[in-house]
Amino acid sequence: MAHAKIIVTLKDGVLDPQGKTVKFALEKMGYKNIEDVRIGKYIEIEIKNNNREKLEKEIDEICDKLLANPNIEKYKFSIE
Amino acid sequence: MKAGVIVFPGSNCDADCMWALQDILGVNTEYIWHENKNIKKYDLIVIPGGFSYGDYLRCGAIARFAKVMESIQEFSSKKNKFILGICNGFQILLEAGLLPGAMLMNKTLKFICRYVNIVTENNMTPFTGKMKKGQVLRIPIAHNEGNYYCDETTLNNLIKNDCVVFRYSDENGSVNDNTNPNGALYNIAGIINKDGNILGMMPHPERAMIKELGSTDGRLIFESVIKYIKNN
Repeated sequence: MAHAKIIVTLKDGVLDPQGKTVKFALEKMGYKNIEDVRIGKYIEIEIKNNNREKLEKEIDEICDKLLANPNIEKYKFSIE
Repeated sequence: MKAGVIVFPGSNCDADCMWALQDILGVNTEYIWHENKNIKKYDLIVIPGGFSYGDYLRCGAIARFAKVMESIQEFSSKKNKFILGICNGFQILLEAGLLPGAMLMNKTLKFICRYVNIVTENNMTPFTGKMKKGQVLRIPIAHNEGNYYCDETTLNNLIKNDCVVFRYSDENGSVNDNTNPNGALYNIAGIINKDGNILGMMPHPERAMIKELGSTDGRLIFESVIKYIKNN
């Protein structure tokens, strides 16, 4: 069994209203050094596959087809 | 003519769309369950609003893989076949790649449910034939993710090809940041594909069908496409 850990975030330049609001809240709390806040998704997948190369291809396909919307999001993943 | 309203788990405007088409406008209309692939008999298919599959992951992301959506791709490529995606239906069309772009969370981070004004930018489409260019419609929105986004090239193509059909405006049709409820790029409220047979819009025309609901402007959209289908 392999574990894939996937992080989906908005592409640079795409407005993140949640991130903006959290940044505003942090500044209100007194954290003055915050440059930017971006919020994304963290997804864990357990998957049966022992072939590392095939596995990477499959996870990449899963991200591309469903987990991320390439219009607005980018993703990265690691496999353990 | 025959119309169909797709029903996904979590659709909640399906009955309103059925009411608008069948009870108000007298169109023979059926529900289409999301597992049904046989949709050839319909002339107009409405993808209604709601929270298909709980809006999990992203709005419309899971619905686009429903069986009916495989047939929708083929259906959309046929002549004189029309698709109207409303709210969640618009989001599904974007996720399916039938229309360009994506929806972000409203800039206010709030679910917005109120009447808005939208100006008709293109009255030459099958869905807008009964309007005048620049005509303002009063139709409600009800969404949390209606902040339309696409890259610059896509936006330029949408504008160049007259694919921006509706923009959020004031009651006189003037468009600016103050008339933008959700932060949508270019105040986009509705877009159409180049072939002119797939319209996606965030406002709910099915909720503006009788004066008791506050507006009858939603009728114009349904009546336009019905007239177009009957004349072709």
